[in-house]
Amino acid sequence: MSVPLNNNLGTKSVTLFATCMVDQMAPSIGESTVEVLEYLGLQVNFVQEQTCCGQPAFNTGFRSESLPVAQRWLEIFEKVNGPIIVPSGSCAAMVRNFYYDLFKHDRNLVERTRILSERLYEFTEFIDRFFGCDAIVGTCKERATYHKCCHLKREIGIDDQPLQMLTNIEGLDMIPLNRDDVCCGFGGAFSVKMPDISAAILDEKLDNIESTQAGMVVAADTGCIYQIQGGLRRRGSPVQVVHIAEILSESIQNTKSGRVVG
Amino acid sequence: MKPLTLNFRSKAAQTLGDDQVQQSLEHVYTGFYQARLNAAADTPNWEEMRTKGKAIKDHTIAHLDHYLDTLSEKVEQNGGTVFFAENAEEARQYITKLAKASKIETVIKAKSMVSEEMSLTENLIDSGFEAVETDLGEYIIQLAGETPYHLIAPAVHKSRKDVAELLDNNFVDGDRVPDATELTMLAREKLRDVFARADMSVTGVNFAVAESGSIVLVTNEGNGRMTTSVPRIHVAVMGMEKIVPSIQDLSTMLRILIRSATGQRISTYVTMINGPKTPEEEEGPDEFHLVIMNNGREKLLRDPQLRESLNCIRCGACLNACPVYRKVGGHAYGWVYPGPIGAIVTPVLTGLKDASNLPSASSLCGACHEVCPVKINIPRMLLELRYRTAEGSTDPKERTSTFMERAIWKIWRVGMMGRRRFDWGAHIAYLLMRPISSNGWIKKAPPPISGWTLSRDFPLIARKSLKSRLNRRRKKTFYD
Repeated sequence: MSVPLNNNLGTKSVTLFATCMVDQMAPSIGESTVEVLEYLGLQVNFVQEQTCCGQPAFNTGFRSESLPVAQRWLEIFEKVNGPIIVPSGSCAAMVRNFYYDLFKHDRNLVERTRILSERLYEFTEFIDRFFGCDAIVGTCKERATYHKCCHLKREIGIDDQPLQMLTNIEGLDMIPLNRDDVCCGFGGAFSVKMPDISAAILDEKLDNIESTQAGMVVAADTGCIYQIQGGLRRRGSPVQVVHIAEILSESIQNTKSGRVVG
Repeated sequence: MKPLTLNFRSKAAQTLGDDQVQQSLEHVYTGFYQARLNAAADTPNWEEMRTKGKAIKDHTIAHLDHYLDTLSEKVEQNGGTVFFAENAEEARQYITKLAKASKIETVIKAKSMVSEEMSLTENLIDSGFEAVETDLGEYIIQLAGETPYHLIAPAVHKSRKDVAELLDNNFVDGDRVPDATELTMLAREKLRDVFARADMSVTGVNFAVAESGSIVLVTNEGNGRMTTSVPRIHVAVMGMEKIVPSIQDLSTMLRILIRSATGQRISTYVTMINGPKTPEEEEGPDEFHLVIMNNGREKLLRDPQLRESLNCIRCGACLNACPVYRKVGGHAYGWVYPGPIGAIVTPVLTGLKDASNLPSASSLCGACHEVCPVKINIPRMLLELRYRTAEGSTDPKERTSTFMERAIWKIWRVGMMGRRRFDWGAHIAYLLMRPISSNGWIKKAPPPISGWTLSRDFPLIARKSLKSRLNRRRKKTFYD
């Protein structure tokens, strides 16, 4: 199924960092990520020992609990060579931006973080950088809208690229989302600790989504996906929220099988 | 001002339920936020200017003692008097004593957040002076007996009808609500007389230029200029961080401040004051006093993790960008500085123990960092304060995390330190959650995730992890 593509990657082998949420709550996002990477001609390695990067405890301030988990993450992924791909801007940012704060008392860990960060990519960032936003050819008959996840945009610096990938899919009608880069209110433990505030922020997002009349919302981070989907379900809305890897993978399959799904 | 940070949750909830305030808060985004966005897009070297602004502030704060000395010397050379106030109480006393000694009757005020730290207007009134705010927003707030809601738009939460009721004693509900121009004219009429009889003024300081001893005021209403030219005594109050080394630096800072605050290229008025009037000058105050206040800022200066917050130039852009501020409003933050920047400086200036909710009230979306004209990494500092609250503070009273929270994160850590435990933990959670789920979603979950299901469905853990699904997929491919 893979399409030979020119890239300047220098290797065919990449490693998936699934994230704890994808691993245990949304495995289909992980499978779709693998399928898209395989479509790009890559061999995807999964490190069986992986759990979490340590972000949840770090974000709530429990650095002493986060530290050993983060250190373990670093040790596991240092052992593999080549690019590491993660379908989450938030987890990529934890390693690339926030490990420096977590590890600040240990110069050795800081240096190792710096070295590993150079080959850790968020999923869409990786595709954009090495294959281009038009590398994925697929078909999908759907009216969808795209929500820009905060950490992907502001910590990793990926803004419109995922939207370009989606626009490139044949038959996929992308409807602009008002205030697409305003937070959905998830924020990890914030969503549970201050549920009233989190829900008020979400409400604004849901109103904007519903006014697009799209049948699908595409996002790039599992936390945001569950926040938005959980809110839409509670409203009784049939709108589906999917990860960009899921819709890209499905579109590839559709083209491959000559199927046009209505 | 007495901090009310402990009431964050209840005040936030109150604002969330107030439809009229929610509607007013929309203007913060559609007005200020959008205007800043357009201004930044229209400025070709915008990012360069931000970088330069950050460098200027980093440098100034790193050499603050030097620049404060220079500023103080220059102000005195220009004929002014400088007073260094250790805290709000000292600043208040200096101003009150000065007013008494000079037989002042009426004090007019221009906008100043530092004066809010001192509750200056209230205190002057309590000491028997007439004290009136002349910034339109501040005047409205004074009439309402409230505190500012926003750094640059103190009355942003008030509707036109609220303002009409406050300004016009005869306004009756059901009357046509006057438009903004009519309301402004009404305030102007009332304030003219006060301006005419005022014999002392108190203003804030947007920037103090060390090399020239000038203070700079950025306003749109012109009241700031009138305040500093009519009365015979002018007192300017500033936080000790509000300093720039040179006029050249000022030029950069003005560009980024004004664009970030209102989206204008320049405000209607930029007033530069170099002390009292000289013998050759006809107009201006006879006396000029500069009160430079510490009030806890030294704690920020000595704190390498939080020092960057002293770079703040109080443009308010982080408030406008913040999804939390736009829902909970300015009063929830419980002290002078609301929004993301307030969530950092308030806990340090007023005490982290009572203000521990402030750094937690953030989704860490980073919109504040994205818009900050001097690139202050606010999310980083919120995380630092969360760390201190959870476990990091050397003062045990500041470690306000609960036993339950500490236990949860210990269990979490144990579960994440090995793959087998991770899988087992997830599977047990799956088995516990399955009976209360339907179609893979839970409508009402027990603690600690009960908060989530108040307004959202919660997803069920997957029956099989990605690891086991990929392993099965591999085997299948292998045997195919």
